[in-house]
Amino acid sequence: MQRRHFLQAGSALALVPALARAELTVEISGLGNERIPIAIAMFGGENVLPKPVSDVVRSDLERSGMFRLVDAGPQPLADISRPDWSAWRTKGADVLLAGSVKRLADGSAEATFRLYDVVKQVEQKSAVLSFRVELGRNAGHWIADRVYEQLLGVPGIFSTQIAYVQKSGRHYMLQIAEYDGTNPISAFTDDEPIISPAWSPDGKRLAYVSFALKKPVIYLQTIATGNRQVVANFKGSNSAPAWSPDGKRLAIVLTKDGLSQIYLVNLDGSGLRRLMQSSGIDTEPCFSSDGKWLYFTSDRSGGPQIYRVALDGGDAQRVSYEGSYNVSPRLSPDGKTLAYISRNGGKFQLTVQDLSSQQTLILTDTNRDESPTFAPNGRLILYATEVGGRGVLSAVSVDGKIRYKPLQGNGDIREPAWGPLVS
Amino acid sequence: MKIALPMSILLAATLAACSTAPTQEPAPVAQPKPAATVPDAKVTPAPAPAKPAAAAPAPAPKDPFAELKDPKSLLSQRNVFFDYNSYEVKLDFFPVIEAHSKFLKKNTSGKILIQGSADERGSSEYNLALGQKRAEAVKGTLKVLGVKDEQMEAVSLGKEKPKNPGHDEAAWAENRRADILYKGEY
Repeated sequence: MQRRHFLQAGSALALVPALARAELTVEISGLGNERIPIAIAMFGGENVLPKPVSDVVRSDLERSGMFRLVDAGPQPLADISRPDWSAWRTKGADVLLAGSVKRLADGSAEATFRLYDVVKQVEQKSAVLSFRVELGRNAGHWIADRVYEQLLGVPGIFSTQIAYVQKSGRHYMLQIAEYDGTNPISAFTDDEPIISPAWSPDGKRLAYVSFALKKPVIYLQTIATGNRQVVANFKGSNSAPAWSPDGKRLAIVLTKDGLSQIYLVNLDGSGLRRLMQSSGIDTEPCFSSDGKWLYFTSDRSGGPQIYRVALDGGDAQRVSYEGSYNVSPRLSPDGKTLAYISRNGGKFQLTVQDLSSQQTLILTDTNRDESPTFAPNGRLILYATEVGGRGVLSAVSVDGKIRYKPLQGNGDIREPAWGPLVS
Repeated sequence: MKIALPMSILLAATLAACSTAPTQEPAPVAQPKPAATVPDAKVTPAPAPAKPAAAAPAPAPKDPFAELKDPKSLLSQRNVFFDYNSYEVKLDFFPVIEAHSKFLKKNTSGKILIQGSADERGSSEYNLALGQKRAEAVKGTLKVLGVKDEQMEAVSLGKEKPKNPGHDEAAWAENRRADILYKGEY
C-alpha cells in the first residue's frame, strides 16, 4: 500500500532567486565498495516540471558520497511496477529507483516512486507525493531523503537548510540556503558584522549576534515574517546563543558581571540565570541533544579547552586534552562525537573526538577552519575555512572519508549553521 | 493517507530582509568648536597689555570635550595596543589612560565605550571573549584611577572589525587593541 504525501511550502515561493550559486560538490567520495550502486531511471512524465525530479534525486544521492550512480539510460521504465531484474543486475545496480510524474487537474503535480532491491528482486519502498509544480526541486529532495533513509537507516538531509554569513564589501548578509548552498536568500542584511547564527530546533527562528549597536547584541528572528527582537542587550557584550533542545531557552554569553560567562535565558529575555562562576572566559555553549549537558570553551586552565557541565548542577569537567588551543565545540546529534577546532602548529583544524574512547581525529589539512556544524543526521560536518584568502564553506564526513569542494560566494562566507531535519 | 510536510517556509523571509543600517561612521563630537580666542593680528599693532588685569572678564566658557580632539592632547590618543595573547595594559599606555581618567573625573557627564579587539586567528566567539578581556583591562585601570563604573562600558568587537585587514604579524599586532570612544563618537 503506497502512502500518499502532500508537499507544502510557504506562499512566497515566487521569490526564490532564479540563479543558483555554486553548490557544494563531492571531491572525494567514500571507497567504491562502500558506496551503494544505484540506478535512478528518468521519471516518466517529469518533463512537465521545470527541473526533472530524477536529476535532483541523482545529484542529492551522489553528493551524499554514499552512492555510486549506475547509468540508467535516457528512457523511463516502460512500467515502473515491473523492472527487468536481470537487465538492471547486468548494469551493476544493486538498487533501482523508478518513478513517474503527472499533472493533476488543479495544476499541481504528483510523483510516484518505487525503490527496488535488484539483488533480492523486491520492492523496498514506494510513495506518492503531490506538490506544486514549481516545487519540483523540493519534491526531488523529499524523494532522495526517503531513499537515503531506507537504504542507510539514518534520515537524509537533502530537505534541510543552512544559514551562514556572507560579507561582500561592507555588507553583511545572514543567508539561508538549501543544504548544498543552492538558492540563498538574505534573512537580514547590515553594514555591521553578524556572527553566530543558531537555528531553533523547529527550524522557524534564528538567533544571532549583530554589532549594529557598536557592540555585540543577541537577536531572535522569525524567518517566515522577518520579525526580530532583542534577546539580550546587557551592559558589555552579548553573544554565542545556543538553543536548548526543547527550544524554550537559550544559553548565552554575557560580560555584564565581568569576563565572558554563560547564562541561561528564556526567549523573551526573562528568567536570566548565571550557570557557573569562573575566573576566566567561558563561552561557545552547546547543549547535548538530551538537554543534560552543556559543552563550552573555557580558558580556566590557561589556553582555551573544551569542558562540559551538567545543567542540573555539579562541577565542570574538562573534555579536550590534546594541544593548547581547542575551541568551538559542537556535539553530534547522538551525543557520541564532539567536533571542535584545534590549533596544531599554527594551523586551526577541524577535529573530532569520540567521547567514549576519547580518540581524536583531525579531519582537514587547511589552516583556518572555524565554526563546525553537524548535519542533523550526524553524518557530515559543515565548517568555514579559507581558500586563497577568501572565506568559504566546506564539508567532510565525520569519518573523514567523504570530502567536499569548497562552497564560495561573493566575498567571504563564514559562520555556517546547519538547520534541523524537516519533518 | 496524506501527511502535511512543511518545507521551505523560510522562503518568505525574503520579504523580511530588512536592513537596519543607519550610517554608522563615527560622528564628530557634537559640541561646537570654541570661538577663536586669538585676536586679529592686523588690528593689534600696539603691544598687548603686559598682563591681563585681574578684573579682566573670564574667558568664554570653553567646551571641555574639544580637548578630546586636540592632537596636542594625550586625550586624542584612543588606542591601547596589547601583546600577543596578553591582556595587560603595557606601561607605555599608562599616560594615555591616566589622561582619560583625569578627564573623566573632571567631566563626570563624560561617558566612554571601550571596544576591545583581537587578531583574526581562532574562533569568532573566543576572540570576542579575548577582545572583552582587553577592554576590561583598560576599564579596570581607569577604575583604579578613580573613574566611576557608570561612566564606562567595556565591550568587544572580537575579530570582526580589524583596523588593519592584513594577514601578517604587523596587521595582527595592530588589531590586538582596545579603543576608547566618547559618547557621540559611536
